[in-house]
Amino acid sequence: MKEFVEGSHAIAEIIKACQPGVISAYPITPQTHIVEDLAQMVSNGELKAQVVNVESEHSAASVVLGGSATGVRVYTATSSQGLFYMQEVVFNIAGMRLPVVMTCANRAISAPINIWNDQQDSISLRDAGWIQIYAEDNQEAVDFHLIAYRLAEDKRVMLPVMVCMDGFILTHGMETVDVPEQEKVDKFLPKYNPLYKLDTAAPISMGLLADPDYYMEARFAIQETMKESLGYLSEVSSEFKSVFGRDYKDLLVEEYQTKDAEKVIVAMGSVCGTIKEVIDEQRAKGKKIGLLRIISFRPFPYARVYEALKDVSRIAVLDKSVSLGAYAPIAVEIKAAFYGKKKGPKVISSFVGGLGGRDITLESVYEVLRRLTAKEVNSDFIDLKPELLKEEYDGK
Amino acid sequence: MSLLLIKLKASLLAGRDKMFGPLIVKPKDSKGDKTGSWRTQGRPEYLHKNCIACRMCVMICPEGCVSGKEKNTFAVDFNYCKGCGLCAEICPKKDIEMVPEEQEGGEK
Amino acid sequence: MMENSPVFKSGHTACAGCGQAIAARLVIEAAGPNTIVANNTGCLEVFTTKYPETAWGVPWIHSLFENSAAVASGIEAALIYLGKKDVTNMICQGGDGSSGDIGLQALSGMLERGHDILYVCYDNEAYMNTGVQRSGLTPFDTNTTTSPAGACSSGNVRPKKAMPEICNAHGIPYVATASAGFPQDLTRKVKKAISIKGPKYIQVHVPCPLGWRHETNQMLTVARLAVETGLYPLFEYENGILANRKQIVPKPVVEYLKSQGRFKHLLNNPEEIKKIQEIADHNIQKYNLKVEA
Repeated sequence: MKEFVEGSHAIAEIIKACQPGVISAYPITPQTHIVEDLAQMVSNGELKAQVVNVESEHSAASVVLGGSATGVRVYTATSSQGLFYMQEVVFNIAGMRLPVVMTCANRAISAPINIWNDQQDSISLRDAGWIQIYAEDNQEAVDFHLIAYRLAEDKRVMLPVMVCMDGFILTHGMETVDVPEQEKVDKFLPKYNPLYKLDTAAPISMGLLADPDYYMEARFAIQETMKESLGYLSEVSSEFKSVFGRDYKDLLVEEYQTKDAEKVIVAMGSVCGTIKEVIDEQRAKGKKIGLLRIISFRPFPYARVYEALKDVSRIAVLDKSVSLGAYAPIAVEIKAAFYGKKKGPKVISSFVGGLGGRDITLESVYEVLRRLTAKEVNSDFIDLKPELLKEEYDGK
Repeated sequence: MSLLLIKLKASLLAGRDKMFGPLIVKPKDSKGDKTGSWRTQGRPEYLHKNCIACRMCVMICPEGCVSGKEKNTFAVDFNYCKGCGLCAEICPKKDIEMVPEEQEGGEK
Repeated sequence: MMENSPVFKSGHTACAGCGQAIAARLVIEAAGPNTIVANNTGCLEVFTTKYPETAWGVPWIHSLFENSAAVASGIEAALIYLGKKDVTNMICQGGDGSSGDIGLQALSGMLERGHDILYVCYDNEAYMNTGVQRSGLTPFDTNTTTSPAGACSSGNVRPKKAMPEICNAHGIPYVATASAGFPQDLTRKVKKAISIKGPKYIQVHVPCPLGWRHETNQMLTVARLAVETGLYPLFEYENGILANRKQIVPKPVVEYLKSQGRFKHLLNNPEEIKKIQEIADHNIQKYNLKVEA
C-alpha cells in the first residue's frame, strides 16, 4: 500500500509484517523512530512480539542473539557508537551462524562526536561476516529488510544481514513508499524454520571453544557461504520481483547508464540519487557519464564490478568513509576487482566526501568529475573548508 | 584433518544445499575425555562396610562419576575419576579410603 | 541424577577437586532437564565445552565473557513468545569476574527488567581461567597475580564487592549465598530459586585448589572454614528482607588463612590478620550469624 511516510515508519511497518518474536534495541540517534514505532505497534496489539528494552547496545545484540538461538525471528537496529559497542556480539552472531537482521542507520563515528550521516559505522564492521546491503531510497530500505530475512534464514546461508540506510537522509526523510501487504509478505517470506535451536526436547551446546584444530574450518565455512551468497542474492531478487514486481536485478550493483560511459562514478547509498541527477544532466549535454551503484558491500561483487566497468577509461570512487592511513574502503575493493585482469580503466581515482553529514550536492559531484583527470588521486577529500584547516595548536 | 578437507572439497563440488562447518554439539555425540588417566597419586577405595547410603559421595564428586543405590553399592567410574579425594573426605562413616594408584587391584 | 542422559556428564576437563565443577553440577541437577543454560566465558565454559565435546545434557549456549544475562534475557523473551516459558527454567551463570565486574551491566539490566531467570555466580574470588588475577570480588589482602603480596604490599587493598546486596537493591524476589562446602544447602537454595518467578541471584563460594593453593581433598575444609569464620556468610534475602542465615560458632579467621597458600604472606603479620578478623566480625554482626547461647 502506498504511503507518504517517514522512512523510519516505513521500516517499522515492514518489520511488523515480518513478525519478529523478539525485538531489542537501545536508543541512538537516528535509529530511534524505528524502534519507537515498533514499540507503539506492540503496545497497540498490532504486533505480537517481546520488546526487551535493554541497558546498552551490547545487550541489545546479545538479546537478539539469545532469541535467535532459541529459534525465533528477531530484530534490532542501531547506528554509529551503538554498532561499535555491540561489535564483539556482531562478530559472535555471524560466527554462530544466526540469521539476525539489523538496520544500521548510518551515522558518523566519534571523535569528534557527530550524529549526522556517513557510512563509517557499517563499513568499519565489514569483516564481521554479516551480509551488508545498502539502500538508495526508502523503497529499497523497506524491500531490503524483507529480502534480508528471506536471505538470512535460507538454510544454505544462515548468516546475519545488515540493511544499511543513510541516517536522517533516509530514516527521517519523507517519501512515497509502497509498503507490502501482509498477504504478499507471507507469500514471499515463509515462517522461520530454524536449522538448530535451544530446545529442551533436543539439547545442543552452542558457542563451544574451538582450538587450533577446529577454528579455521568454521571461518572457512562462512567465507564459502559469503561467496555463494553472491548467487543467492540474485535468486532472492527474482523471487521478490515475481511477488512484488520491483526488480533489483542481481542485488549486487545497479548499472546506471554505464554501457558506453567514458567516466563512471562508483558510490553507495542515498548519494546515488544526487549522482543520478548529475548523470542525467550531463547525458543531456552529450557527455558519456555513468554511475555504478554498489548494493551488496558484503559479499563484495568483484566479478560483477569488473564486468560492468572493464571498458570504462576513468572511474571515480566516492567513499563516505575513510580507512585512516590507507586507501578508502570502497576504492580498495574497486581497485582489487581489476588487478591482474586484462582489461580495466586507466584511472581509478578515489574521493572522500560527505563525512559527518556534510551534504554532497550536485556541485560536489561536478567537482568530483572535474578532479577525475588522467592523473590518479587517492582519498582526495572534496568540499573541505580551507579556513578550518588553518586552525593550529601550539600548546600556549 | 585431511579427511575433513576431503569431505569439504567433495561437498563443494557436489553443489551443496546445506550449511556446513563445525558449530554445535549434541550431548549424545560427546564421549568426553577419559580423565581417569589423570590420576597419579591415589584412587578411592570404597570399603563397602559401614556405608549408610547418605549419597554424600555422589553429591560431592566434581566428575559426577560416583553411582549407587542401596548401602554398600556405591562405586566410582575409574574412567573419569581424577583422584581428588573429596569422596573420602566427605564420607561421614569413613568408609572410603584413598589408596596409592599402583597398588589397587580393582576394577577395569 | 540420571545415568542414561545426565544433565552434566563426566569427562570434562576441570582440575581435580574443582569447587566450581561440583557446584555447577549440583545447580543443573537441582534445576533438572527442562532447563536452558547461558554461560559466560570462564573456567566452567572452557572445561565443559571444548569442541567436539560437551558435558551439558541440557540446551546450553556460550556467547561472550560478559553477556550471559543479556543472552538469557533474549532466550527468556523467545520462550515467552513461543509460549514455553512456563515449562522451561532459565539459568545464566558465570564467575565472579564475569558477574561482578565486566558483566555487571548486563546482570543489572536483567535484574531490573524482571526476567524470570536464575543467575548463578561461581565465586572463586579471582579471574581464575586467565591466571588468578584480581577481581572485584577478591577479598581484602588476597595474593593474586595482579595484586601480589610483596615487600610493599599485603595483596589486594580493597574489600570484597558486595554483590548480593547490589543484586538485592534491584528489588528482586530472591538472593542467596551458598558454598561448595555445603552441597545440600546449595541444592535446596537452587530448587527454591527455581520455584520463584522473577529474577534470582545465587552466589556460590567455590574454592579453586589451583588458585587458592590447597590440596584437592581440602576443598571441603577450606569452603567450610570460610563460612565458619564469618568471612563468607551464608544467607538468603527474600523480597528484600534478610530471611535466613546459617548460624555459626565463629572460628578465628587465622584458621581459614592458614588453610590456603594465597594467604600465606599474612601468617606472620598480626596487624593484617586483625583487619581481616574485623571484616569477619562485621559480617557476624551484620547478618546476626552467631549461634544464640
